[in-house]
Amino acid sequence: MDKVINLQIWQIAAAYIFIIILLFIVKLRGIPREKEILISSTRMTLQLILTGYILVYLFQNIHPVFTIIVIGIMELFAIYNIFKRVKVKLSQKIKRIITISMVLGTTSSLLYFIVVVINLSPWYDPRYFIPIAGMLIGNSMTGISLGVSRLVDGMTAQKHLIESALMLGATPKMASKEIVNNAFDSAILPTINSMVGMGIVFLPGMMTGQILSGVSPVTAIEYQITIMLGILGSVTLTVILFVQLGYKTFFNEQQQLDIHNWEF
Amino acid sequence: MFQLKNVKYKNILDIKQLSIPANKITCVVGESGSGKTTLLRLLNKMINCTEGEIFYNNNAISTINSIELRRKVVMLPQVPAIFSGTVRDNLLIGLKFAEKPLVDDEKLSEVLNMVHLDKPLDEDADKLSGGEKQKLALGRVVLMDPEIFLLDEPSSALDEDTEQIIIEKLVHYTKKTNKTLIMVTHSRKIARTYADNIIQIKNGKVLNQKGE
Ligand SMILES: Nc1ncnc2c1ncn2[C@@H]1O[C@H](COP(=O)(O)OP(=O)(O)OP(=O)(O)O)[C@@H](O)[C@H]1O
Ligand SMILES: [Mg+2]
Repeated sequence: MDKVINLQIWQIAAAYIFIIILLFIVKLRGIPREKEILISSTRMTLQLILTGYILVYLFQNIHPVFTIIVIGIMELFAIYNIFKRVKVKLSQKIKRIITISMVLGTTSSLLYFIVVVINLSPWYDPRYFIPIAGMLIGNSMTGISLGVSRLVDGMTAQKHLIESALMLGATPKMASKEIVNNAFDSAILPTINSMVGMGIVFLPGMMTGQILSGVSPVTAIEYQITIMLGILGSVTLTVILFVQLGYKTFFNEQQQLDIHNWEF
Repeated sequence: MFQLKNVKYKNILDIKQLSIPANKITCVVGESGSGKTTLLRLLNKMINCTEGEIFYNNNAISTINSIELRRKVVMLPQVPAIFSGTVRDNLLIGLKFAEKPLVDDEKLSEVLNMVHLDKPLDEDADKLSGGEKQKLALGRVVLMDPEIFLLDEPSSALDEDTEQIIIEKLVHYTKKTNKTLIMVTHSRKIARTYADNIIQIKNGKVLNQKGE
């Protein structure tokens, strides 16, 4: 890896100067966004520095408990993020379903990839485990957020059609089939789209990072393909779990639509 | 057929006692907001009463499976529901929901004829006018051939003549097939002409019940 250019402090400083120039231009044009750019750059810097040191520590002190704690924190953060990101109001029941789907969907995909595909040993080696977990959890989080918005919006907007279907003797499953399918589609669409453009329109972040740090493009691509399949699997599994369990929270045991504040 | 005992729904309905006879035409009348739709929704188990009990053929409906009940006691909502697809899709969807055997186009045309909807089966249902949508939704319910029809203002968007013709056909069909028809209507004339039994609701209470 002798060809890796280790960035010097002044080189990183130059990158910041670039942002300062940018800030200047933004200010000159009168676009009121300096504050956001400043805050997000600072935040990113601090978070990454912190993460860097934590990763160094973890790589030197390899222990399954540490690895498990790290993915626990990732899951918690991702779930909290979903609750915050979704604009609609979420019921307690649906929050529980989101949590269950995220935890089950991502950990089972993760275990499959770590144990069967990559055959990592020890399985908790943080150098592999943590980045892969991050990618699976992150992408599943984005997918499920879209699915949640679509499902809740659909159920609320189409309650008249759903109730009309129930009046004709439909089961809750039949009555919400179209909405459930739509929610599923919109949740996995971004993942599918990103796969289609991959390698032609853009080089994926993980691969870029590996190539920059001196890994051969072929190895990087092998990893990228594997990880993309993992991401697709994890997103799909998480979203399927969510929509299949999620639509039920809109109905009670008597097969009645149970949305508060409905009018008729 | 239906027996209501001390039924309350929130502060909207309060019915001490009411019975709705089988194989008869019952009209529910009353001013806007009096609770007519709420009554039908209770009978179809779209909502549960907060107090009291409703009996269907002497069985408390709280003990009957909602879906089985709704497949026998089909309700037509006040605002017609149009699902995506053609006129044919919209007619057949009721049978699909109730998991009943589908029927051929000839039968579908017969139903369209009965509700006076002169449109090809392949027409996009979304393009129909308000009144046509109401006819289509009614046709869907007729096609399902349930024991009891719960119709919430089935003819509110129709002109008086068409209303008269369709309701007459519906009444005739109900009598002929020995079904029960429970219908909310704003038309005094319809209630007077066709009802065997009139339930008048005011402020959530049954004012009086006139039978023949
Ligand atoms: N779930 C509900 N929660 C609170 N209020 C409700 C609910 N459902 C109906 N209402 C109210 O109950 C009253 C009766 O409503 P309902 O729809 O039964 O009237 P209606 O007799 O069918 O009127 P219309 O002739 O206008 O259709 C109305 O004041 C309505 O706002
Ligand atoms: Mg009404």
